[in-house]
Amino acid sequence: MSTELGKEPIIEICQMTKSFGSQRVLDGIDLKVYPGEIMVIMGGSGCGKSTLLRHLIGSLTPDEGSIKLFGREITTMSEKELDDVRKQFGVLFQSGALFNSLNIGENVALLLKEHTDIDESTIEIVVKIKLELVGLRKHADKMPAQVSGGMKKRAGLARAIALDPKILFYDEPSAGLDPVTSAQIDQLIIDLTKKLHVTSVVVTHEMDSAFTIADRMCILDKGRILKTGTRSEFETLRDSWPEDLQSEQDRLIRQFLRGDADGPITERAITSDYEDDLLMISVKSEK
Amino acid sequence: MKDSDFPAAKKIIFRGDLLAVAALGRFVLKTGERIFSTLGAMTLLLGQVSCVTAKGLFLPQQSLGREALIFQMVRVGIRAVPIVILVQMAIGMILPLQMFPKLDEFGQGNEIATINAIAGFRELAPLMTAIVLCGFAGASIAAELGTMVTAEEIEALRASALNPVNFLVVPRLLATVVMMVILTVIADVVLVISGMLTGMKLGVDPHTFYQLTIEAVNVTGFATGIIKAGVFGLLIGLIACFLGLSVKPWEGSEGVGRSTTNTVVYCIIAIIITDAIFTMIFYAHGLFD
Repeated sequence: MSTELGKEPIIEICQMTKSFGSQRVLDGIDLKVYPGEIMVIMGGSGCGKSTLLRHLIGSLTPDEGSIKLFGREITTMSEKELDDVRKQFGVLFQSGALFNSLNIGENVALLLKEHTDIDESTIEIVVKIKLELVGLRKHADKMPAQVSGGMKKRAGLARAIALDPKILFYDEPSAGLDPVTSAQIDQLIIDLTKKLHVTSVVVTHEMDSAFTIADRMCILDKGRILKTGTRSEFETLRDSWPEDLQSEQDRLIRQFLRGDADGPITERAITSDYEDDLLMISVKSEK
Repeated sequence: MKDSDFPAAKKIIFRGDLLAVAALGRFVLKTGERIFSTLGAMTLLLGQVSCVTAKGLFLPQQSLGREALIFQMVRVGIRAVPIVILVQMAIGMILPLQMFPKLDEFGQGNEIATINAIAGFRELAPLMTAIVLCGFAGASIAAELGTMVTAEEIEALRASALNPVNFLVVPRLLATVVMMVILTVIADVVLVISGMLTGMKLGVDPHTFYQLTIEAVNVTGFATGIIKAGVFGLLIGLIACFLGLSVKPWEGSEGVGRSTTNTVVYCIIAIIITDAIFTMIFYAHGLFD
């Protein structure tokens, strides 16, 4: 499923900025996500992608700009209105963020108990179904502390889909997992998106996983979106020769997509005042 | 040195003074701002908790989470019972032993019962129990909530449209208040028994001891102790929840450690100051006559 023009975007971010103190973390973000697609937001560590996600789920409020979910502006909503929107999306946090005092089954059941009028036995059935979707039906009685990182993430995913959300947000779904588990999670994201007809927004810096799951992608750098496009557009960019690329920006994106050690990103990081820095030490010691 | 150097030198000294004053001013303003904003935020939290509790008590559709409340009461209070008993037994021994020789000089040895009762019921039972609970409940609540912040659990709650105040703060705060009152009643009983046993060793007749205790502790004496206990419990729960939840996700274990330590320190300060204020108020209203 690629961009479906004509469809109304389910998520729409417009000219959004956010600063922490004097540091501008997000700078004029524009992004549209359409129903049913998997949008992958990529970027290096500290580029602001997790911060962007936290704005989308209503944990942070932007300094300027607008964020619309389901066509409703969430930046000006009261906590109560926001809660209504929150019931329509699920979030998989980086660590899984399971409630440690509850076992895996209870973690999934909690939202159903709190937000629906379903009776106990039906809840039990729903929990079983959700856990089966992520392959954890047999582990419902285990406490979060007793299971591995991969299982925590899958349990977190089961909790995220407990209320049949229309949007799923994933924060670094494959970070810190072994390649097989990571691939399983990727497959789960694709399956869930198809089976449950949800829209997925995935924040990641793992390129393999990004190219496996994405319908469309965007790349974030220093708080700005450098490029938004379909997966094939990014694949073309990744597989092209640096000499063929016209702009510095494309070469920068290419380096990121390929994970090369040399390139514009690396050059940008090397500062020229190394000698001056060393000189300052000797000047200081002479004093 | 030329004369013309003087104005410049003076100017520098003057500037230094200014800088020092400015720095002091900034420090006072900043500290003041921090204290007031913290107190304000805590009052707000207390308001939220009161709202939720009132709704839970009076509106049938809003549940207070009885299971969570009982779980927290057990966690906060039951484990503290042995320590409270131990501490109050020691206090019930210390007071009579300290006072007996002086009182005996005047032939008033029996009065250790009165002293034990007054000091115990009004002051030492609630105060020492509160200090035990600072460590038991305060530290553990702050550490738990702080860890939940760093593990993204609080954010997950918010993102699941569950309010951490209803869900985490209310049961913990109510549990601390209830258990503080119950523990203080236990402390009162232990104090009297321990005082009586010590009195027996010193040659005070247990029956006389009991009679004097009953005379010394009237309803107001007992009630002031219990009211204090409730307020101390509220302070412990409020400070612990507030500091636990104010850990920032990126502060990690350092933030949790700091909030736990601060909770114990601030709880003890708050309890002692509140105690002093209460005692002044009760004294002014003649409740101690």
